[in-house]
Amino acid sequence: MADTPLLLREQQYHQVKAVLARLRMDSAAKVIFLVDKDGQEIASQGEIGNLDTTSLASLAAGNVAATGGMAQLIGEKEFPTLSHEGERESIHISVIGRLLLIVVFDERSSLGLVKLRSKQISQQLSAMVDEISKAEFNDDDSPFGEITDEDIDSLFK
Amino acid sequence: MTFINYASREINCKIVYYGPGLCGKTTNLQHIFESTAPQARGKLISLATETDRTLFFDFMPLELGTVRGFKTRFHLYTVPGQVFYDASRKLILKGVDGVVFVADSQEERMDANVEALHNLEENLQAQGYDLMKIPYVLQLNKRDLPNIIPVEDLTAELRRKEEPVVEAVASNGAGVFDTLKAVAKLVLTELRKG
Repeated sequence: MADTPLLLREQQYHQVKAVLARLRMDSAAKVIFLVDKDGQEIASQGEIGNLDTTSLASLAAGNVAATGGMAQLIGEKEFPTLSHEGERESIHISVIGRLLLIVVFDERSSLGLVKLRSKQISQQLSAMVDEISKAEFNDDDSPFGEITDEDIDSLFK
Repeated sequence: MTFINYASREINCKIVYYGPGLCGKTTNLQHIFESTAPQARGKLISLATETDRTLFFDFMPLELGTVRGFKTRFHLYTVPGQVFYDASRKLILKGVDGVVFVADSQEERMDANVEALHNLEENLQAQGYDLMKIPYVLQLNKRDLPNIIPVEDLTAELRRKEEPVVEAVASNGAGVFDTLKAVAKLVLTELRKG
């Protein structure tokens, strides 16, 4: 049994970005990411600059997966939050269903504020995540609907 | 698990390279990284020990091209092959869309190949997948070494369904892209069926 694809429609994407933008303002964070537990970046907001967001998403998911494995070994279901403190910048990760909310912050904010704001927004994000998880292809908008063998072959020329 | 972002017009898929220790999984990714134009790939992340044995995973995002207006991106992962890293291998398989099994063609590694293949089947099952149903390619690596098992015998022992079997010498790149193309094609074809 394969997973069904996760679909993010444009309207949902902009709604998610708006929520992340508000969280970033409320928490005085530098960058906020929403990442799938499998390591795919869903959306991001903030001072991204040259930050390798793809690698960050994959590593964050690996981090959560590894610590989740540790949690189960000690009888916990998972660790719902993870925090990593650096000299100048820090990361806070919250697990929201199948997604991870990652907040990168520096001296302009604090762990307490980030945790508080992340928790406050988690219910709203959770509802959005549920909706995204339930999305299915409409009749005419699947990118695979009209795809031909030649289309696939042309990728490898 | 494939992720389709309609806003950025992207299709993202996950491929995992599996196999016994030192079979060439990381070498496959290294060759793909070195041979691909920088604009078509991201960084190669390798979480490894000090002796360059994969500790957790290797990861590399690769952009194959555009199909029907959607960019197709493949996230390539390898698992640690050493036997005692089984807990980590289970985690890396989560959300997989396609699997490459890299077999070590050397005679003395046959048992390790069989053990790793059983391990793959078990770990896929634990995640709710069935090897007989997911996109899957068998790579027979190290075909350049002197003490190797003939392709027919390796295939007879390791092939599980009618999956493509690709001969390779990952250390010089032979067969690496053929393997990748085969599994990517299977993944996209499967998505089209769905």
